[in-house]
Amino acid sequence: MARIPAVPTGTEPGPEFRGSLGEDRVPHTPRAITWKRRRRAVTQFWSIYRKNGMGMAGLYILVIFGAIALLAPVISSSRGLDPTLANGPILAGPSLKYPLGTDDLGRSVLTMTIWGSRISLMVGLMATVLTMIIGASVGIVAGYRGRWVDALLMRITDWFLVIPWLALAIVLASILGQSLFIIVVVIAVTSWPSTARVVRAQVLSVKQRPFVERARALGASDWHLVTRHVLPNVFPVIFANTILVVAIAILSETTLSFLGLGDPLHVSWGTILEFAYDAGATSLGAWWWLVAPGVCIVLVVLAFTMCGYAFDEILNPRIRER
Amino acid sequence: MKTRTYLLQKIGQVVLTMFFILLFNFLLFRVLPGNPAVLLARAAGARLTKADQLQLIRDLGLDKPLIGQFFTYIGDTLRGNLGKSTIVYPGQSVTSIFSEFLRPTLILVGISTILSTIFGVLMGIHAGWRRGSRFDLSSMGFSLVLYAMPEWWLGILLLIFFAVTLGLFPTGGLVSVTQNYTGFGHFVDLLNHLFLPCLTLTLAFLGEYYLLMRSSLLDVLGEEYITLARAKGLREKLVLWRHAVRNALLPTVTLVALNFGYVLAGAITVETVYSYPGLGKLTFDALSAKDFPLLQGMFLFFSLAVIIANLIADLLYAYLDPRVREA
Amino acid sequence: MSLLSVRDLFVNYRTQGGPVPAVRGVDIEIGKGEVLGLAGESGCGKSTIAGALLRLLPTGTEVTGSILLNGEDVLGMKPGRLRAVRWTETSIVFQGAMHALNPVQRVGEQIEEAILIHQQAGDREARLRVGSLLEHVGLPQRRIRDYPHELSGGQRQRVMIAMALACNPSLIIADEPTTALDVMVQAQVLKLLKELQREFGLAMLFITHDLSVLIEVCDRLAVMYAGRIVEEGPAQSVFYESAHPYTRALSAAFPAIGEGRFRRAPSGLPGDPPYPQDLPDGCTFHPRCPVAFEACPHIDPRLFDVTPGWRAACLLVDSAKSELEGARTPGSGP
Repeated sequence: MARIPAVPTGTEPGPEFRGSLGEDRVPHTPRAITWKRRRRAVTQFWSIYRKNGMGMAGLYILVIFGAIALLAPVISSSRGLDPTLANGPILAGPSLKYPLGTDDLGRSVLTMTIWGSRISLMVGLMATVLTMIIGASVGIVAGYRGRWVDALLMRITDWFLVIPWLALAIVLASILGQSLFIIVVVIAVTSWPSTARVVRAQVLSVKQRPFVERARALGASDWHLVTRHVLPNVFPVIFANTILVVAIAILSETTLSFLGLGDPLHVSWGTILEFAYDAGATSLGAWWWLVAPGVCIVLVVLAFTMCGYAFDEILNPRIRER
Repeated sequence: MKTRTYLLQKIGQVVLTMFFILLFNFLLFRVLPGNPAVLLARAAGARLTKADQLQLIRDLGLDKPLIGQFFTYIGDTLRGNLGKSTIVYPGQSVTSIFSEFLRPTLILVGISTILSTIFGVLMGIHAGWRRGSRFDLSSMGFSLVLYAMPEWWLGILLLIFFAVTLGLFPTGGLVSVTQNYTGFGHFVDLLNHLFLPCLTLTLAFLGEYYLLMRSSLLDVLGEEYITLARAKGLREKLVLWRHAVRNALLPTVTLVALNFGYVLAGAITVETVYSYPGLGKLTFDALSAKDFPLLQGMFLFFSLAVIIANLIADLLYAYLDPRVREA
Repeated sequence: MSLLSVRDLFVNYRTQGGPVPAVRGVDIEIGKGEVLGLAGESGCGKSTIAGALLRLLPTGTEVTGSILLNGEDVLGMKPGRLRAVRWTETSIVFQGAMHALNPVQRVGEQIEEAILIHQQAGDREARLRVGSLLEHVGLPQRRIRDYPHELSGGQRQRVMIAMALACNPSLIIADEPTTALDVMVQAQVLKLLKELQREFGLAMLFITHDLSVLIEVCDRLAVMYAGRIVEEGPAQSVFYESAHPYTRALSAAFPAIGEGRFRRAPSGLPGDPPYPQDLPDGCTFHPRCPVAFEACPHIDPRLFDVTPGWRAACLLVDSAKSELEGARTPGSGP
């Protein structure tokens, strides 16, 4: 590893100089050094991650589904979703023309599944972003401020944790209505508490480390401590948690859609299954209509979970020994 | 006595939590945009004149100040009056509807929780003890896949395969509609109808208990007191059960409680899939019909159930882990 | 006949990167009632030896050599015999008694378990034994019903000692029993161990990284480095007149107050102990040795006699000896 030479204090740019081992253009401002270190950490992390079978498998699956979702307009036509334009055979099993069969209106299940991936993934991701924003903020503020702020926020968090998520979701959705936006909000409202707990625990452990106390003794402001010291150390945990939250968010969306709380204007894997079940696909034996979207859900959730586990293993060396 | 203070603390927390749930429930439906009378009426499918609306508002006590309404609400709830269903069973009191549908759900959730915990824990112990074995790896994969499935989808698959295709089990309901069984026949009929929903719910959560038990056991096996137990000359089985499992079981107890909310959510969806006449199916019907009193009651009831489950788990944990009782 | 006789002990751990040699050819001899100290830095293999003696190392660890306990070969014992021998003939006092005690079981029960497992007494008698054991280590009897977290560090260590005595073993292996304790408590526990050793005529293998502690209790001292014993002999000789440069450095690092020679001696060694997978050629200590010379990187010294009963693995010892012998052979001088 190249040795970084001592740097002058202050951030005024000066001439770059050769390193003690003769390297060119050694970074010499604290900021540049920090970014170089972060970049190195990322490349190091990637080289470890690459060797993790479970993590790579998950990643491949996600890339494939991501590609399908993004390329949906290219690989299939959205007119296939229009019930008025459907002209395929009703409830036909898989065939060459309709690889995943047709639904009760004659639409191709394959087309619907491809387009459904967009909504399912998008809702999952958006709900996750909202969850992480709320959960991480609450967790950081509670963990950092401590005392009564912490106690109050944790009481609220615990309260939300106690309520069964589906009960809350049902109640909220039945009042607020049904749209993609509301689904995203409802999922976020039911998911943020566990993220808040995880983030808070990590903040508490970081807060105790000597370098934080040292920085504060040097006169660092709260803002500086949080953004420059706490956040970078909490970030890996947040990231690992995010991956697992996406999995749960996708599952939640499908369940809410299945129960009829989804957005009726958009096709997602959950709504496909809702239509299928309501149309009696189970007793009619139209298994293709029910199996395809479900398998996609399982694969995507599995992929996110495997990536999340891989992340966990890498961050937590003790787990690796298992 | 430390245990008594602990108990009182816990119960105090429960009361406080329930209070906020009642508050939330109350505000949720009172703070709706729009005239509550119109909303209720619209939901009931009727159209009211202005005078009728005012009369309804006065009847429901909606014209009184909010605080007054709230206390009336609490009083009513404590007396078991949760209002009347508007659409699903119009006119019938919510509490009486609940009591009709409580037992099937209790049986379903109770049995599946017991089964998934027992099997999950046992499998987890076996996998952790024999780490790296074929059993370990295959059960890991199996559990991960189960975890990734929506439980109701698993239910649908099982339904298609066992009930529709193979015809081994009925496709839904609580009892057979064609035959009228009595006595032992009735009991078997019940079991027949219970089997698939119960299997679904058990499999749905088995994976999580398995994974947690396995990792918890692996953590414990690295501790020094396990080496000490061996050094004392204990047989491996004793080391495992008396020392390792006894400590590794603790996080699982917490998980069962934390999971209970998800188990209830599973009950809602699985009962719907199997048309199993319990509180879950009732919730689905209430939701589809926008029967607000019923939904409010459901929200209250499920929250209370989770709180009680958590309380039991806390007490059980305190019994199992003496360190917790200190503080 | 000696109580414990270890010959050519080799221990290789199995890891993802291949086998890691933790112990590379160690001989140990402990007689009845004798106290042998085993010292060295972390990672030198001393705790591994403690685990190997009762076959407590993780499965898959390769252990070769001969370990004779009261004449019986430990490595060849059937599982039933091994379990019977454990704790009754040899017991272990672990370090860091925080995690060595089962946190959800009362300490009295844990001690009782040892007695009951080996069927040395019925229930009631066992409980009485536990009470008297606790008193022996200086704890009040009512502590029987306490949980580990209700005791202080020193008290937990005493419980460990009481537990080790439960089945009247003839040999006790003390693996860093004072390392996690405050200095004052350390002194108390050491005093306790000395008294118990004298009272019961126990043989002890006392493992620690703190050499000055060993002077208090041990008859003989062995010093380990990178999986091998580099010096062993009478405790006083090894500590005060160290023949091996490593021992000299180690004893300087733990000065005894009042000893003149520590007043001005520089303490501490440069560098770190070598990784077991990456041992230096020749004498494994030579990179850190203050008196290494040209031969050291090329020859791996075995244990040479300094005097009968005192050996050190250093070429300097060998050359000093040859000088001495050279002076004695007739024809080479007056």
